[in-house]
Amino acid sequence: MVASRAIGSLRRFTASRTLRCPGYTCRNFSASSALLTRTHINYGVKGDVAVVRINSPNSKVNTLSRELQSEFIEVMNEIWANDQIRSAVLISSKPGCFIAGADINMLASCKSAEEVMQLSQEGQRMFEKLEKSTKPIVAAISGSCLGGGLELAISCQYRIATKDRKTVLGTPEVLLGILPGAGGTQRLPKMVGVPAAFDMMLTGRNIRADRAKKMGLVDQLVEPLGPGLKPSEERTIEYLEEVAVTFAKELSDKKISLKRDKGLVEKLTSYAMSIPFVRQQIYKKVEEKVRKQTKGLYPAPLKIIDAVKTGIEQGNDAGYVSESQKFGELAMTKESKALMGLYHGQVLCKKNKFGTPQKDVKHLAILGAGLMGAGIAQVSVDKGIKTILKDATLAGLDRGQQQVFKGLNDKVKKKALTSFERDSIFSNLTGQLDYQGFEKADMVIEAVFEDLNLKHRVLKEVEAVVPDHCVFASNTSALPISQIASVSKRPEKVIGMHYFSPVDKMQLLEIITTEKTSKDTTASVVAVGLKQGKVIVVVKDGPGFYTTRCLAPMMSEVLRILQEGVDPKKLDSLTTSFGFPVGAATLVDEVGVDVAKHVAEDLGKAFGERFEGGSVDLLKQMVSRGFLGRKSGKGFYIYQEGTKNKSLNSDMDGILASLKVPPKSDVCSDEDLQYRLVTRFVNEAIMCLQEGILATPAEGDIGAVFGLGFPPCLGGPFRYVDLYGAQKIVDRLRKYEAAYGKPFTPCQLLIDHANSPNKKFYQ
Amino acid sequence: MTSILTYTLKNLPSTSKWALRFSLRPLSCSSQLRAAPATQTKSKKTLAKPNIRNIVVVEGVRIPFLQSGTSYKELMPHDLARAALLGLLHRTSVPKDVVDYIIFGTVIQEVKTSNVAREAALGAGFSDKTPAHTVTMACISANQAMTTGVGLIASGQCDVVVAGGVELMSDVPIRHSRKMRKMLLDLNKAKTLGQRLSLISKFRLNFLSPELPAVAEFSTSETMGHSADRLAAAFAVSRLDQDEYALRSHSLAKKAQDEGLLSDVVPFKVPGKDTVTKDNGIRPSSLEQMAKLKPAFIKPYGTVTAANSSFLTDGASAMLIMAEEKALAMGYKPKAYLRDFVYVSQDPKDQLLLGPTYATPKVLERAGLTMTDIDAFEFHEAFSGQILANFKAMDSDWFAQNYMGRKTKVGSPPLEKFNNWGGSLSLGHPFGATGCRLVMAAANRLRKEGGQYGLVAACAAGGQGHAMIVEAYPK
Repeated sequence: MVASRAIGSLRRFTASRTLRCPGYTCRNFSASSALLTRTHINYGVKGDVAVVRINSPNSKVNTLSRELQSEFIEVMNEIWANDQIRSAVLISSKPGCFIAGADINMLASCKSAEEVMQLSQEGQRMFEKLEKSTKPIVAAISGSCLGGGLELAISCQYRIATKDRKTVLGTPEVLLGILPGAGGTQRLPKMVGVPAAFDMMLTGRNIRADRAKKMGLVDQLVEPLGPGLKPSEERTIEYLEEVAVTFAKELSDKKISLKRDKGLVEKLTSYAMSIPFVRQQIYKKVEEKVRKQTKGLYPAPLKIIDAVKTGIEQGNDAGYVSESQKFGELAMTKESKALMGLYHGQVLCKKNKFGTPQKDVKHLAILGAGLMGAGIAQVSVDKGIKTILKDATLAGLDRGQQQVFKGLNDKVKKKALTSFERDSIFSNLTGQLDYQGFEKADMVIEAVFEDLNLKHRVLKEVEAVVPDHCVFASNTSALPISQIASVSKRPEKVIGMHYFSPVDKMQLLEIITTEKTSKDTTASVVAVGLKQGKVIVVVKDGPGFYTTRCLAPMMSEVLRILQEGVDPKKLDSLTTSFGFPVGAATLVDEVGVDVAKHVAEDLGKAFGERFEGGSVDLLKQMVSRGFLGRKSGKGFYIYQEGTKNKSLNSDMDGILASLKVPPKSDVCSDEDLQYRLVTRFVNEAIMCLQEGILATPAEGDIGAVFGLGFPPCLGGPFRYVDLYGAQKIVDRLRKYEAAYGKPFTPCQLLIDHANSPNKKFYQ
Repeated sequence: MTSILTYTLKNLPSTSKWALRFSLRPLSCSSQLRAAPATQTKSKKTLAKPNIRNIVVVEGVRIPFLQSGTSYKELMPHDLARAALLGLLHRTSVPKDVVDYIIFGTVIQEVKTSNVAREAALGAGFSDKTPAHTVTMACISANQAMTTGVGLIASGQCDVVVAGGVELMSDVPIRHSRKMRKMLLDLNKAKTLGQRLSLISKFRLNFLSPELPAVAEFSTSETMGHSADRLAAAFAVSRLDQDEYALRSHSLAKKAQDEGLLSDVVPFKVPGKDTVTKDNGIRPSSLEQMAKLKPAFIKPYGTVTAANSSFLTDGASAMLIMAEEKALAMGYKPKAYLRDFVYVSQDPKDQLLLGPTYATPKVLERAGLTMTDIDAFEFHEAFSGQILANFKAMDSDWFAQNYMGRKTKVGSPPLEKFNNWGGSLSLGHPFGATGCRLVMAAANRLRKEGGQYGLVAACAAGGQGHAMIVEAYPK
């Protein structure tokens, strides 16, 4: 699904960035009483080098909170005032985290743009002092160094990073709808060059230490150490500190220079950037690209470009002012609130609410080596789970195994894995046609064809061979799990795992529990999903669960709109300009017309009138003509290998003409078309919460954004209602209800929210 | 982690087996004394085992170990191996047809003589009826050759085995690129001119870029020096400590060479050149000189330098191993018994060079000895940092408990008994040949210094290791 590309950017949030912890309040006491009992920061002196250690209490990560910042300033002032100290090293005592960024809650608690701007200015001032320090400061980076953490690091005179996978540098602010607000937009372009700085700040991508070294973002790398007389992590940090102290000494003794040797390409780029015309061209190009990609829905990227531009063209002071102003403005936007909400939701959905399962899943078996089955296998073997991939035919099995191999091999090509690692990961996979070895399986996930009889058959076959504790999970997008479980001998072990295609790219996993599913079964499945790197929503069983159920009414409306004579290309552009990563017609092609037909029929039966809209005949005719979407090469569009531009499938004209219905002029403006789709989606999502299918609005938002591509800038259906007002949405629905009837009747929970404006899904 | 776990599991049964054997030893001891014609001079028990043949080293020799690119550079590996074999024949006067089997170790193989043992044996005039094979196990290849021989004799298949090792780093096989090889192979099969031309038309200049033999660990893509530097850092071994240790190795080697203690060296008349009589890599320097060197692998702040690492070496060694009764029947006065030995392996990334740490306690347990029983330690010195890291690991309860599944540390060897005649750092380290040098150094030292037990240990690429107990033959 193309959706993955747009939302994929969101995945780079590092988990658990925030978490302000209790115990902060007591800081006020200590600050006045003693110098030495700081909670976040302490320092020691090695020779003439001060070693400043950052370690926020009760948290896995360090965040730039107000408390940490004020302690940091205190400490630095002491260091600057102390004549015995000639240089300093900044290091975190937490393995795996230098500073993971600014405290998001600190921003969230601000009431006005001015307040946020002030925060930004404080940060700017602090980092400027670091930058101008006459005593060299070395940032010793091990673990995540993101956002404010990176801004701190690049204000220092020298950076040394551990060369391991946990050490990443980046400016993920754009993913939260804000910008690097503590001098980042000004310093980064000078450090890595304008193009690279734009790339970092506009994509928010994480940069690994070795790449950072090549870019000039860090000056030295330190190799991670194995175990010695202490555990490996502990010793590596110690070693990093030792190396950093040596460099700090040499810097203060002027034995090494701060000037970095630039490569030829770098020299050429920086020369080119000195020509105003070239710079203007670059701004223009980047702006164009951003506008095209964001469709004007995300304000942050353009403001980032602006802040950088101001700094370069009008000097530092103007740059800092521009940066802090824009930072303040952005923090108040709905988009940034929506994106931060998603971030919090994602953190929540990366936890196992159901506790630790009794048995760790070490042996996994997957039935069906199709796209889904092989995808699930791929994300399991690379986490070290011994996985059996079973298919009914050798040809199917071959294809599936090749898919897993290709997935891993692509990582080798991108240098994310070595070929040796690929091979040893791949040996976790066993491909087979029989049930040999299932007696050891802790969990079986079936991903066979969506046919209830077939699922019943494999369930019975599996139950005959697996041990008692083995969980049976069904990967289905619409078949109710309780129906599948009806033939089970042990329905408490049966559960649904709805993966999204392509499994290795899509982050969401929807887990479906029936009345009979035991808590330990759920815990076990969630644990496996988390291990596979998924964001997890757990929902109750019902036709279409949550995600498919939300999508179905929208798809039904898509068909109606097409029948009303809107051509698929126009429909696609309407949906993407609303913020969906994939156009609605394209989505049908991607999902598969036959699958869409199945779902439409099943859910139509289950929900009746409310799911009406376009005619399923449209899909039926497409299926009968073989237009199954991308997989068959033809759907609404024609797909050809190797070409990116797709053209409309002209054979569809006849089908559409035969099913044409007259459009109703008062609900057919472009905006109306967009809202007809979105309001049905939102209404159904809220109904899922009302009916208890969903446990929390947060899960509803995560499911909609990560699984279905609901516009991330709106934050998901629930956040959308909170931010834009339930009344407005109810009004829209009423308008369309007048034209089309029941499918648009707002659900009770939505009406309740409209009636009392203080009611919010997120308090 | 899994390797550690399995290691623990592997280790447990061996402990209990040892306990059993230990309780049996007093019984066997007396019978052994009666059976063996030689009597122990020392009060220590001998390590003979009931129903297992005693295996002795009659003699072992090596040609001088030279820095690669010097006098041996025009030769081929089997030339060196042949020289070692001829030296052994000369020294022992063993009738060639008595030898049942010949085994050599080597690491970087010359493809023309991939079974270098056979080529060398034929060239040295051994009977063409004497089979020979070549083994490879990185730096413990010669150890593997010896223990393979031990196995053949112990199981009664052979009475007399020649084991050795050879390495020629002056010349290594450099291959055509895979693309070029493929094209050449396809050309070979092409039948018509058209086919040939179409193949040749696919030729690109980059096909000519050669493929060098990998210096890096295949599984981790890390070079050994790099790993050694990280290992030294992990155990907080300073640059100065490493330089001091390297200086000790060179000084001791120089002293041993000057005093004529390196009696395993046999002269080698190199065709077209002068006779080589001694190792040429021994260069005692000063700490000041050594401190000037820049780190060779982790730049600019690493601690492993050219001066505290073993250097690329050409050389070969050979050893005559026999069943004790056979040696006595032939009138030989053996030099030492080859006793218990172990092979170990561990994480090839972070513990690549910790083989001796893992192997030492295991082999001691198997033999029923403790560190204090050992009179002569001969460890392979790949890098100063590696030796010192091993010392620290052996001396750490924490490491023993967390990584080796043992209750307590084995203790680090006392320096006054350790590599007293120099080591790989100074004498050189022809990968495939070092094992025999270690055993002969231990045997010769025991004879010279009057000790009874020697412990030989070595690390090897792939994260493997080896240790063996050498027992002095009663005088």
